[in-house]
Amino acid sequence: MEHYLMNLTLKVWRQANSNAKGKFETFKVKDISSEMSFLEMIDVLNEQMIREGHDPIAFDHDCREGICGMCSMYIDGRPHGPWHANTVCQLHMRAYKDGDTIVIEPWRANAFPVIKDLMVDRSAFDRIIQAGGYVSVNTGSPVDANATPIQKDNADAAFAAAACIGCGACVAACKNSSAMLFVSAKVSHLALLPQGNPERKSRVTNMIAQMDKEGFGSCTNTGACEAVCPKEIKMSNIARLNNEYLVAGLTIDK
Amino acid sequence: MKWSDVFTSSVGRKLVMGLTGLFLITFLVVHAGVNACIWANDGGDMFNKAAHFMGAMIVIRVVEIGLFAGIFIHIIQGYVLEFSNRSKRSVGYDKQLGNRGSKWYSRSMGLLGTILLLFFILHWYHFWIPSRFTGVEQTQVNGVEMHNMFALMQITFSELWVVIVYVVACFSLFWHLLHGFQSAFRTLGVSNNRYIQPIKTIGFVYALIVSLAFAMMPVSLYMGWAH
Ligand code: SF4
Ligand code: FES
Repeated sequence: MEHYLMNLTLKVWRQANSNAKGKFETFKVKDISSEMSFLEMIDVLNEQMIREGHDPIAFDHDCREGICGMCSMYIDGRPHGPWHANTVCQLHMRAYKDGDTIVIEPWRANAFPVIKDLMVDRSAFDRIIQAGGYVSVNTGSPVDANATPIQKDNADAAFAAAACIGCGACVAACKNSSAMLFVSAKVSHLALLPQGNPERKSRVTNMIAQMDKEGFGSCTNTGACEAVCPKEIKMSNIARLNNEYLVAGLTIDK
Repeated sequence: MKWSDVFTSSVGRKLVMGLTGLFLITFLVVHAGVNACIWANDGGDMFNKAAHFMGAMIVIRVVEIGLFAGIFIHIIQGYVLEFSNRSKRSVGYDKQLGNRGSKWYSRSMGLLGTILLLFFILHWYHFWIPSRFTGVEQTQVNGVEMHNMFALMQITFSELWVVIVYVVACFSLFWHLLHGFQSAFRTLGVSNNRYIQPIKTIGFVYALIVSLAFAMMPVSLYMGWAH
């Protein structure tokens, strides 16, 4: 693809801290290369702001290769921007053309309070994982990898669910601010494997209890989450979660 | 986990919505089936007999109580969920995701449901309250005394605005069912991809037939197609 330069107008949400009232600020950036990533474009703007003595825009990022789940921008009405199955860090400026105006907002959900500007606190996800998104194992030498036979289809489905990077785009897209796609990915990942079996009932009930406590909404199967998930986590995981929950709810001992 | 948690957690509330929804979906088939007797074109005899049969059976009377319980639980739970979900995002977006992620009707179940609720109030006033409480003109079919529900329908649907309101309600019903049918199965835990597609297809056919049948009833009576 041919390389080109562009000038852009950015409308960015600025908020000093979680208690402050935020507002949009408009910035102009010049000579942005079509080869740059979206975050590099923000870097250019931030350097310019630092040089001019302004407070740069705070935003989350880490790996910048689409695997860590830190980056989180709601760009022009879509989490992670216009590309399908993509994270912001992997969004490139060739998606835009000269003269475009881009609106950038943080994830919006009460369970994800804004820390500053575009940065939100997603520790609610960590607490949901801590509530049950793990398997308990004894320490000692590792078990032989082939000791437990696993059906190929299940292994594949578990792996697909495990691809969730915990970015929170599903919550950001959902009209109910529901975290069900995330939680269902984590529950499914372990429910599909024999290793997850011993704790399956307590896992799903505890994770849902924590999810509710954190203030996420409930799922109404609209499908917005699936449409924006950078890892293409499927809604069928949500149905599996519902199934796990129903069975656990009816049969759990205490 | 307490029993109450099973039905009051976010997933549990959805379970209640799904179960009551499926119950109401079943009821609609029966309701549409009985009403379809108006097209027998025998002066309403067949329809009146069917309605009389339903009203006289003790089992049906018991089920009716369950039906109202189902409707009210579905309505109340629906509003609880709608308002609680809305409260989870105090600061909204400047730009909306809109239809890029989901179908408008899947996001509008509260609105569609509210239209249906308003319609039900009118509908109960038109038919259920007279047949149970305030009385309906009697007729004789094969020597048996019964309510002339057919005549009541004819009178009710002789007014154009009533026909329009009923048809609008049937539109809402269609979209509400189109999402609700498949959503209920997902909520009950049907995750197998081999089932999801057929369920969606059946849901579409069901929603179309049921809402079309109901919409055609007031229209048929107004136009005199059913007599
Ligand atoms: S399910 Fe998808 S959108 Fe949600 S947290 Fe995981 S990767 Fe992100
Ligand atoms: S920065 Fe790691 S996924 Fe985007």
